Parts: sequence; C-alpha cells; structure tokens
Amino acid sequence: MFESKSGVLLIGGLIFFVFAFLSNAVVPMLMYQELPEQPTAALVNENLMYQFQDLSLRYPDQFSEHFGEATQENCVEALDLGREIYIGEGCWHCHSQFVRPVSNEADRWGPVAATPEYQNELQRPVMFGTRRVGPDLSREGGRRGNDWHAVHFYEPTSVSWKSPMPNYPWLFDGSPDKPNKRGLALITYVQWLGSWLDSYPLYEDYVPLEEQMDNPLAQ
Amino acid sequence: MSAGTVTTLPPNQPEHENLVEERLVAWFFVAALVYMAVSFLGGLLMALQLVRWNPLQGSEWLSPGRWRMIHTNAIAYGFLANAFLGALHWAVPRLTLRPVLSRALSYFIFVAWQVVVLSTAAGILMGQAQGIEWGETPVWIDPLALAGLLLVAINFMAPIIKAEGPLYVTLWYFMAAFVWTFLTYAMGNFLPEYFVPGTSGGAIAGLFIHDLVGLFVTPLGWGLMYYFVPILLQKPIWSHGLSLVGFWGLAFFYPLNGIHHFLYTPIPMFLQYGAVIATIAVELVVTTVIINFFGTIWGSGKAVVNNLPIRWFYTGMVLYFITCFQCALQVTLTFQALIHFTDWVVGHAHLVMFGVFTMWLMGIMTYLFPRLLRRPWYSYTLCEWHYWLSTAGIVSMFIDLTLAGVFQGYAWASLQPWDVSVELSEPFWIFRIFAGLTIIAGQLCFAWNLLMTWLGKTSDEPATSAATNAWGTA
Repeated sequence: MFESKSGVLLIGGLIFFVFAFLSNAVVPMLMYQELPEQPTAALVNENLMYQFQDLSLRYPDQFSEHFGEATQENCVEALDLGREIYIGEGCWHCHSQFVRPVSNEADRWGPVAATPEYQNELQRPVMFGTRRVGPDLSREGGRRGNDWHAVHFYEPTSVSWKSPMPNYPWLFDGSPDKPNKRGLALITYVQWLGSWLDSYPLYEDYVPLEEQMDNPLAQ
Repeated sequence: MSAGTVTTLPPNQPEHENLVEERLVAWFFVAALVYMAVSFLGGLLMALQLVRWNPLQGSEWLSPGRWRMIHTNAIAYGFLANAFLGALHWAVPRLTLRPVLSRALSYFIFVAWQVVVLSTAAGILMGQAQGIEWGETPVWIDPLALAGLLLVAINFMAPIIKAEGPLYVTLWYFMAAFVWTFLTYAMGNFLPEYFVPGTSGGAIAGLFIHDLVGLFVTPLGWGLMYYFVPILLQKPIWSHGLSLVGFWGLAFFYPLNGIHHFLYTPIPMFLQYGAVIATIAVELVVTTVIINFFGTIWGSGKAVVNNLPIRWFYTGMVLYFITCFQCALQVTLTFQALIHFTDWVVGHAHLVMFGVFTMWLMGIMTYLFPRLLRRPWYSYTLCEWHYWLSTAGIVSMFIDLTLAGVFQGYAWASLQPWDVSVELSEPFWIFRIFAGLTIIAGQLCFAWNLLMTWLGKTSDEPATSAATNAWGTA
C-alpha cells in the first residue's frame, strides 16, 4: 500500500489532501454559514457617503465627469473599482487589513479584527495581507481627509517624507488636485475601510459636511 | 526497492536517446533561466524602491507594486516550473525506462506553459492581478494553467503507470505532486475568488500558499534529490524505511499547515492551533529526511568538496533544515506576535525559494548541461563562483532580513510612530540590495559560462580536479 501506485495516488495524493481541505477549509465555511456574503451595495454607509460627497465637492470637475452625482449607486461603482485597483497595484502586499489582538495593535489602530467585518463581496478574495511595509489599513477610513490621500497617492514623500511607497501619478490627470476615475475610486475604497465601525473615524472628530464647508477653518 | 532484493533490468534496456528528448530538457532550462533574470529585475526594483533609490519612479508599467508580483510569479511559475519540467523530462523516462506519453505533447506543453507564464506577466503588468498571494495569475489564465497542469500529469503518468515492479521513492513524490499541484491550483485560484469570502476564504488562501510550496515545489524537489544524489554518490539511499517516513509524513502533515500563515486572524483559534501542531510535526518529518540524506553521504563526505552538484544539493539540504527548523519556531504564537508581517517572513521565503529549491535546480543544471551539450563546462572556476556568490548572497540576505524583522516587530509593539520602523529598516534594506546583487552576480557567472559552453568555446584554464571528476565529464 505504501509503495504502490494506487496507495500513493489515492491515499497520499487524494485522501490526505481532501482530509486537510475538509478540516481546514470546509469547517470554517460551515461555521460562518449564518453570516452570508454581503454585496457591495449593502456596504455603503453614512460615513462612506460623507466621504464620497466630500470628494464630489473637492474635485467637482473630475467627479462629475467620472461619476456624475454622489449617489449611492455611484458609490458602489467606485468601491468595486477601487478594490480592483487596490489589488491590481499590489497595495495589499505592503498593507495588511487585520488588527491583531497582540503587539499593542489595538492601541495603534483600533478594534481587533472580527469575522463579520470580512463577510462581504469586497473581501472576496480576503485582503488580510502578508507584509506591513506600510501600516495596517483596516481602520484607515476617515482618519485622514480626501485631499491628504490625493496628495499622498500622487507623491507619498510629499506628506510622509521617509515613505518608501511608490508614486501613483497614473491615478491623476497631471496634478494631485485632479484625481481621475481610478484615483477617485481608490480614495473611496480606502475611506470605506473601517467606516462600518462605531469608533469611526478613529482619531479625528466627526464634523458634519455642511458645517465643515460653512466654516472650513473651524478645526 | 527494499533492501536485499536485487531488481533485474529488463533484457532489452532502451537506449538513452530513445528515452529522453534532450533538446527539450535544455529548452526548459534556458526558459527557466530567462524567467529567473526577469524575476531578479523585479526583486531589484522593489529593493531599490524601499530605500527610495528607484530610478524609474512614476511609470505605470514599471510600478514596483506590480513588479513585486512579477518577482514572485516569475520564480514560481517561470523559473521553478520550467526547471522542474526540464528535470522531469530527464528523470522520469530514465527511471521508468519508458519515454513520456508523447514527445509532441511535451513540445506542446513547453509552448503552452510559456504562453501561460507570459500572459500572467502581461496581465499583472496591465493591473489585472488576482488578489491571492502566489495566485495573482489573472482569472482568465487560470483555466489554461489548470489544463496545462493536467497535460503535464498525463504525459508523465503514462510511463509511470506502465512501469513494473516496486516504484522508486522519486516516483512516489512525482506521482503525488501531479495530483497535489492540480488540486492545489484549482482550490486556491477558484474558491477564494468566486465562492468563499472573508475568514474562510483566508483559510483557503493559506492552504494554497502553503500547498504550493509543500505539495508542488517540495515533492518535486525531494523527488529529484532522491534521484540525483544516489547517482552522483554512486551508492543507494541510506534507509528505505526513513524514505517511507519522509514521504508519508509529508503527505499527511503538510496539507494541514496552511492556516499558520494567518495566525491571530479571526480564523477560529482551534484551527490555528491545529496548523501550528501540524507544522511542528512537519519539522520532525523533515529531520528524518535530512538524517536519511546525511546517512547516505556518510563516508563520502569528500564529495561536497570536489563534486559541485553534490555541494549544491547538500547546501540546499542544510538550508532546508534551517528553514524548517525556523518554521517550527516562528509558527508558534509567541514568535508570531513579534515577527508576523515583518521582513523576517520575507527572509524565510527567500531562504526556501532560493536557498533550497533554486540551489537544487542549479546543482541539477550544473550536472546536466555538460551532458545535454555533450561537452564539459567552459570554465569550472566560473561554476565555483556561481556557487559561492549564490551561497554568500542568500545566507547574508537571510540573516539581514531576519534581523530586520526582529527590529521592525519591536518597533511596532513599542507603539513608536510608524516612520521609526521604516527608518530603522533602512540599513537592512540597503544591505539587502547588495546581498541581492551578489546573488545576481553569481547567476551572471552561470549565464556567461553556459553561453560560452553552448558556443563551444574553450578556456585556457588549467585542468582542475573537478574537470576530471565524474560529474564534470560530458
């Protein structure tokens, strides 16, 4: 059996593989059965809409050209595209999306990651990440303004002078105040991260948009 | 072949020429080396980016984020897969005394696989990568790659199935690898992409990353070691029993390891503990395999001095043992708290992919090219430089990145500003560039040596003992 073709192929090749798949993949799938995958449309919340409207006010020309109005449907489109860019540019190879219960991470970033946060379309494939050259992003939404993100994507070292992050000028039409469709989408995606939490935004005080626009220097 | 029994060869043993398509073996090796060069360029670009020395900043097609994926994919599917296919086309027919199912199919696989690898690269460069580590292959290529893997399995299984008598260890590993690679690729590229989100998807992605190393690269690598080491040392493997323990231990425990890539995630804790325990079990299995191979070379230790392929093989085995020993430690929750997400893991990955499997394949190429080209190496000195620069480069890169990881881990845990962890990484990242350049220099020696050998040039180098050794004669 241990040296025969059928033994190697069936027991070693097939049965052991299936056993591992059942115990390591099917078990968690069954455990989270009652948490079905949410579509992107169900992920748009007030916090994110605030950021999406903010984008439409800050970059009115680009926004109306690429997304029209700051509606919920357009926000869904921006989120899906933003995630595609996040993956295609390999953002997730240098930024994780889960806060661990160790190494003081909850103090640095906020609440420890929990399963319900990940049961949605934007986390298929899940963006846990693999390396942190830059910080974790799962509680990044709302922590910084859209203009900061625009400048940062255009040239990270201009706002974070030691940053090893590459420039992404192809997300803009020539200058950081003109994000193109991909740029707007990626900013929307980053602002979504953590927008579902009670503690959003983690460090900055929440100022309703109208109030902020009436008196931009109030902070 | 159990000890004591003498297997008699068939009366009309087929000629080597009728078994092995040598030209194809050479083609696979050359393709592998080309992708290796591409991968190294990607790695160098990312290394330069980390210290902001990237001279090509701001170009979409040369974005370090995309080239980082080229770096890993070109090594896994370009270099390793091609080099393995070349070595398999040599080893399987010679072991089974039967040619592969069809030479035409072999050539078709060669072309088809290059199409898969090149379209993967093109897709990644166009920003269409898939969000699965080692599975970045754009979704439209996955079915093609899977079909390719099936053809490979069919082509090689034909002679193996027909082989009579007890099967040699190498063939256990190869047979299992054909099944595993196909299943692993299908599982990892389709389930997390289309069906399973979130935490459970993460568990599957973990299985995929690990199985790709453990069930595709590892069994093919060890299978080739069980084949080439006894031939070069001209003695049998020390213990057949330990060979059995090694194979079946790997087959059972390795697939259970995957979740150890995502410790402290929301994946249920009992599954994380299971993966940790299975990983430590793998380390015990690995120890038996290492003992078996050192038992084999016992008494012929001089071979590591004057037999270069053997030196490549055994250096790789020592580094393999270090990798697996490190793995048994770093997979514990204690280590993970500190080193997860740091350069420690990057160092570990480089040690496995270059320090072990690339070393073994380089040893195989060093041994086979003179046979494929029917002439000795142009320069044995360059062969030595290839070995020493590769070894010095990978060992120093490994130590450097491991240390960097410890510093990064403590910087993060101490809640210092993020920039502090970047700043303290810089000396390590700069050192890493030079370690990488050392490795690249070694491969350039090899490439030049190969080119000169291929062109039939002769050097005025004095004849060394290596040239007169069994491994060096064509």
